Amino acid sequence: AFFWLVSLLLASLIWFVSVHLSDREDAKLQYGLLVFGAAVSVLLQEAFRFAYFKLLKKADEGLATISEDGRSPISLRQMAYVSGLSFGIISGVFSVINILADSIGPGVVGIHGDSPYYFITSAFLTMALVLLHTFWGVIFFDACEKRRYWCLGLVVASHLLTSGLTFLNPRYEASLVPIFIITLCTGLWAFVTAGGSFHNVLKCLSCKQEDDSRVMMYSALQVPFED
Amino acid sequence: MITFMNNSDSEEEPCNERTSLMSAESPPVPSYQDGLQTTEAGEAQAHRKRRTGSSRSPNNIADGDMSDSGVPVRESALENEEEELTLKYGAKHVIMLFVPVTLCMIVVVATIKSVRFYTEKNGQLIYTPFSEDTPSVGQRLLNSVLNTIIMISVIVVMTVFLVLLYKYRCYKFIHGWLILSSLMLLFLFTYIYLGEVLKTYNVAMDYPTLFLVIWNFGAVGMICIHWKGPLQLQQAYLIMISALMALVFIKYLPEWSAWVILGAISIYDLMAVLCPKGPLRMLVETAQERNEPIFPALIYSSAMMWTVGMAKPDTAVRGGASQQTWDAAEDGRENHRSPLHADSQMSETRSPGPTRPITSFEELEEEERGVKLGLGDFIFYSVLVGKAAATASGDWNTTLACFVAILIGLCLTLLLLAVFKKALPALPISITFGLVFYFSTDNLVRPFMDTLASHQLYI
Repeated sequence: AFFWLVSLLLASLIWFVSVHLSDREDAKLQYGLLVFGAAVSVLLQEAFRFAYFKLLKKADEGLATISEDGRSPISLRQMAYVSGLSFGIISGVFSVINILADSIGPGVVGIHGDSPYYFITSAFLTMALVLLHTFWGVIFFDACEKRRYWCLGLVVASHLLTSGLTFLNPRYEASLVPIFIITLCTGLWAFVTAGGSFHNVLKCLSCKQEDDSRVMMYSALQVPFED
Repeated sequence: MITFMNNSDSEEEPCNERTSLMSAESPPVPSYQDGLQTTEAGEAQAHRKRRTGSSRSPNNIADGDMSDSGVPVRESALENEEEELTLKYGAKHVIMLFVPVTLCMIVVVATIKSVRFYTEKNGQLIYTPFSEDTPSVGQRLLNSVLNTIIMISVIVVMTVFLVLLYKYRCYKFIHGWLILSSLMLLFLFTYIYLGEVLKTYNVAMDYPTLFLVIWNFGAVGMICIHWKGPLQLQQAYLIMISALMALVFIKYLPEWSAWVILGAISIYDLMAVLCPKGPLRMLVETAQERNEPIFPALIYSSAMMWTVGMAKPDTAVRGGASQQTWDAAEDGRENHRSPLHADSQMSETRSPGPTRPITSFEELEEEERGVKLGLGDFIFYSVLVGKAAATASGDWNTTLACFVAILIGLCLTLLLLAVFKKALPALPISITFGLVFYFSTDNLVRPFMDTLASHQLYI
């Protein structure tokens, strides 16, 4: 979450500077700068996700070296999930909390001609974005780990695409539906990347207990470790 | 309200905030202790290793040279285990501190957002005499700097006074002072707070019920904090009084002064804890020399000490297992967890309790070293977040950003604590992050996010 915030900070700085250096009155230019700012922000978010991956990798190695059995207590996949989830949560919260706060107060939605479905679509979009960040986190970390750079590029491209689709916003059928399709596809991709499969799902759903035919060896005599 | 505040002396209490974070182990003092510490820390880790170690030591007692060669190896192995122990428990401690800090902030932010009273300007404390209602920016800045200087000097004087009292063993005076300040907090401030909350929600309440509620709340609080009580209840009371104190600060400190004070106090904290002549450091060292729990100070502790017993005969060869039975609850409570106020906020993470000589226990239990954080830290974190909630025009985004920044600062401080293992100030890193994030979010991120939201764009 901290990393996402820092990326947002830098992106806002860039946007702010660009706005101040430009002509305030020109609406088209301002809109263009906004698009530019959004694109820069997306790229910075992905860059910080990469930086976070590097940091976690280092921490993972550190934990592995000092742990008893040579493996770190958290797997990289779990870290990927957590990182994606936290990016998603902070991004979702930042996008939606002011809207939520306003929705309590008295007012009429869309009184100036905007869409009356603003709140509900914001809610759906935020949900999609949170899920997407989680999935992107998993795929991104896995791609970095296995050095599949085309996966990385695809994640960044889909993030840019999603952000771009929100620019079509008052036309919700053009933006919401594709975004949800992207969410589903990314979800499936992340599921497969994390090692899931149809077989796993079936096994999970049927709650079958695996019959354990292994024999457990137990020895009460333990060799002193240091010697 | 304002006259009372101006005349009462008890306002001094809140101003003496000192914060520091102390490591879980006492820094190496005499070598005997040292050996005990390291071995005991190592023991606390791998059960198997402990058992073999302790079962070996009786065998090795006669064998002088064997233990000689065995011990260096053992000690290096112990060091690694100690590191691992620190890191393993470090994560748990971080979470154990996140929860109370978050709770305190939630209470403060919820109150600020709902109860108008705490955001109205109704005068200032006598410690910040210069008003900020001046026409020019320069004048305002000057006034806030002067306010800060006065406030910080009050705090320094109080701290030095406290250290002197402690050095010359005037314990009764200190106890009396702390009891008085906690009385005031638990009764008076709670009464005001409750009054304002009831006013906001337009709830009718009669005086007898109110007095009954406040009497019960205050009495149980005094008992819990100064004497014995369930750990959770004590933690809850400490969080509540920190929140109340933070609310008072938010209300009575003028805008710019509050920010400058926050910055100045984190610098002061840094110096007071790390400089050799700093008052807090002297306090810590004095307490360690006397082998007492740091102070009947305002510290929040997240866990109790559990009984640690190690098998070992009396004639331990130096590296041998240490035998310390640390009494759990007794020591914990003897730490006199006094309520917040002011005097010393030391956050120590160290295991309290004098080491008592050995009783041989056969079973080895894990030692739960709780992390301790001073209540001043809670207060100032909450002041920062509360001010962000009260004054930021970007509303929730700024508050959230400050919240995340403070928690990350706390994480980093705890990490440093695990590395350095001595008293550390808990304020500087968090407050720096918090301030940076507050100003940048309020001025840079807010317009960006607002513009994006108005077009319903998502990034």
